Amino acid sequence: MTDITERDASVRERAATARATRPSGPIGARIERKEDSRFLTGMGQYTADITLPRQTHAYFLRSPHAHARIRGIGKQLAEHMPGVLAIYTGADLPESVGGLPCGWLITGTDGQPMKEPKHPLLAQGKVRYVGDPVAIVVAESGDQAKEAAMMLQVDYEPLPAVVDVREARGAAAVVHDAAPDNTCYVWALGDAAAVDAAFARAAHVTTLEFANNRLIPNAIEPRACNASWSAADDSYTLYVANQNPHVERLLMAAFVLGIPEHKLRVIAPDVGGGFGSKICLYAEETVCVWASKRLGRPVRWTAERTESFLADAHGRDHWTHAELALDRDGRFLGLRVKTTAAMGAYLSTFSTCIPTILHATLLAGQYTTPAIHCEVTAVFTNTAPVDAYRGAGRPEATYVVERLVSTAAREMGLAQDEIRRRNFIRSFPYSTPVALTYDTGDYEACLDGAMKLADVAGFPARRAEAQARGRLRGLGFSSYIEACGLAPSNIAGALGARAGLFEVAEVRVHPTGKVTLFTGSHSHGQGHETTFAQVVAERLGISIEDVDVVHGDTGRIPFGMGTYGSRSIAVGGAAIMKACDKIIAKATRIAAHLMGAPAGEVRFLAGTFAVPGTTKNLPFAQVALAAYVPHNYPLAELEPGLDEIAFYDPTNFTYPAGTHICEVEVDPDTGATQVVNFSACDDFGNIVNPMIVEGQVHGGLAQGIGQALIEACVYDRESGQLLTASYMDYAMPRAADLPSFRLDNRVTPCTHNALGVKGCGEAGAIGAPPAVINAICDATGAKEIGMPATPERVWRALRAQRS
Amino acid sequence: MKISVAVTVNGKAVSAEVQARTLLVDFLRDSLHLAGTHVGCDTAQCGACTVLLDGKPVKSCNVLAVQAQGAQLTTIEGLAANGALHPMQAAFRQHHGLQCGFCTPGMVLSAIGLARENPNASDSEIRAALDGNFCRCTGYHNIVKAVQQGLAEMA
Repeated sequence: MTDITERDASVRERAATARATRPSGPIGARIERKEDSRFLTGMGQYTADITLPRQTHAYFLRSPHAHARIRGIGKQLAEHMPGVLAIYTGADLPESVGGLPCGWLITGTDGQPMKEPKHPLLAQGKVRYVGDPVAIVVAESGDQAKEAAMMLQVDYEPLPAVVDVREARGAAAVVHDAAPDNTCYVWALGDAAAVDAAFARAAHVTTLEFANNRLIPNAIEPRACNASWSAADDSYTLYVANQNPHVERLLMAAFVLGIPEHKLRVIAPDVGGGFGSKICLYAEETVCVWASKRLGRPVRWTAERTESFLADAHGRDHWTHAELALDRDGRFLGLRVKTTAAMGAYLSTFSTCIPTILHATLLAGQYTTPAIHCEVTAVFTNTAPVDAYRGAGRPEATYVVERLVSTAAREMGLAQDEIRRRNFIRSFPYSTPVALTYDTGDYEACLDGAMKLADVAGFPARRAEAQARGRLRGLGFSSYIEACGLAPSNIAGALGARAGLFEVAEVRVHPTGKVTLFTGSHSHGQGHETTFAQVVAERLGISIEDVDVVHGDTGRIPFGMGTYGSRSIAVGGAAIMKACDKIIAKATRIAAHLMGAPAGEVRFLAGTFAVPGTTKNLPFAQVALAAYVPHNYPLAELEPGLDEIAFYDPTNFTYPAGTHICEVEVDPDTGATQVVNFSACDDFGNIVNPMIVEGQVHGGLAQGIGQALIEACVYDRESGQLLTASYMDYAMPRAADLPSFRLDNRVTPCTHNALGVKGCGEAGAIGAPPAVINAICDATGAKEIGMPATPERVWRALRAQRS
Repeated sequence: MKISVAVTVNGKAVSAEVQARTLLVDFLRDSLHLAGTHVGCDTAQCGACTVLLDGKPVKSCNVLAVQAQGAQLTTIEGLAANGALHPMQAAFRQHHGLQCGFCTPGMVLSAIGLARENPNASDSEIRAALDGNFCRCTGYHNIVKAVQQGLAEMA
């Protein structure tokens, strides 16, 4: 996919030595978070905390049917309820208002573009999932809006619905007339003939079929927005719980509402978790922006939790048939994967690239499998749209590869580490048969590290001890890789992306030498205000207290692509380095002038400009002051001021990788499974703040273990009702469901960004699920257990083993 | 119908007219502008709205404002004194026991409630005690460490 043969040697060198050169600097230090003071004292400001003058409140009436024709909507009773200001339905939206766009075009194996039916802001003609927004009611209070919404009379004609990904093709229910057989696209990657040849000469073939269970992201802050319009200059301001405000602005302004982009300011203030679900452009905030001008008053909406379950974009929902061909020594010859992926009722913002570009390309894993072919069929179902959820495609790929590898090892009588060692990629750069070029890695080092952490050597004794208590112990391995740092824009564009994927940083040095960093990345828990300050402080040789980080505001930040896909430090951080380089370059010229030396002789080290071999030196702050008080200044050749913007577009993805080992104990009488140990040894390249990185891994592991053991989104097959629409029905991992984690890391610095970083946000959610399921299979002897491995499923698997 | 409610919040006596159905969390957020108490669900599961009512943690989405008549309430805004964090707040910061911060106020107040019930709680007792507080970011690992330290320092 990428050509990294012409990598910038100096970048590579700097990345490799970034830690070694300044071991005592802010980079690499376990620094407590700057943002914590406000979060710990209740001073955070989330969207729902914001009240604007003349505030109004919105409530969305949603479809109670999975699929129905709307024969009519009676507003009269509702309109006369107290406090009601306006009620709008899909019929009230003008023709100039478009549908919600999909950001990634997939072209099928037949050469045709994917089916892209209109995604109206409010249902027009039909509703297509339980929770599909039908009308917005705006009132003086939230209670009034909700009470009035209950008085709306919608005449529905229920239609047949299909909710199961396996049943979409050939179903009686047709979600969109424009997509016969409910098929959005059929897409493939890899060399099918080479795979067929590999299977023809295989000594052993391992075959599995399984679901990757549908999940509901459940950030603890529900989605929320507050939209206002100013008559003074016909401009809008939108506060919204969102991960990428500039993308939100672009999509909403240019593709839906047709308002000038510069007349819409999007602010994503403190955001209470995202995990992918706040990447997408949603109907609710778009309707509120539109309504704010119609009403001339600000419109606020906050989702109730059940609305989050019904109408946030869900994750995963794949059904996969996978086969691995091996020679007699357990070396992988070929991999064949057929996946059906649910899109839900409409195409959400990045839905289409997840089972394709972010899934099929990762199927080489950490291995030298020479021939790989993957076919993906994307289908519409009468369910909430599916989009990115922590890992987005890469957990699904890792699950395929690592379940197959562990199963093959058991079938062939090989140790779990041995089958991996026999197939690891050991020479870099390495081009996979599925279009990626891994720049660097040391997979065996992480495997060894994880085995040490997990005390694999001591496992037989622990298993025997458990056996004596009537319990079954199992050990599960997962050696994952992910492609992060999305992405080189030109490559993404060639693959169908309708946006660039660079990142932006503005480093504003104030006259006193203090710095404000404006970043296009967005923090919704990742701690950028600290890690990014560490990067700037290190590069400019100043204190991190002297660096403030501003994010999440299109009115203050030049541009940005936001935070998802573990891209913030790898792409956003590299943009910061680039902006700092520009600052240093300009400041060096100012310093040279002030010191009366040629610029070529001035060196910048640890916050001081100096001329080696002389006593001439100037601190950074003094040069900054000269830039703003340019009395003695080379005005003819240099502008005053010290404020630089950098756009950074990466040349390759980054490839974090590692091995996770899960140890479980199963109660054979009940099937209850407990994770007793979980060990993760990861390679994220260089690490800016180990404390924050560990926290990211912990959180990812919790979501991965949650997926494997307890979490599942369940729709009723007959009625299409969401059965898991509250915290009383959807199993969220609680503290007692999880163990303490054992973490370690190895470092192979990324070769193509200046920090040598790879990203860490999704690793846990990617690596954990197959580790857990492999452990349960090891404990029980079952070949396959579906996720989530509930006590009932495990118990049934044990019963099947005995019979 | 409006009903008058008088409570002491973070040491200050306050009173307001509320509707009979007004929830304590809405009273705190909307009437008193104490927005540090968060709403994460509507079924009393997530615990983001936890406050101390007469020293005991309660989910303020599950208490009517009028039920708090005469009570001493502590919210996250009332913990730090003279610019110094409460030991439990400081422990959360030191152990990176928070990421997005949304569950944090409820988590900290539940942990402070635990100090009264079981000041020497073990790792597994802490995990059990936090059953009513969801965190989607941290995987609880660092929260448990923070609570251990917070309990020790409060003892």
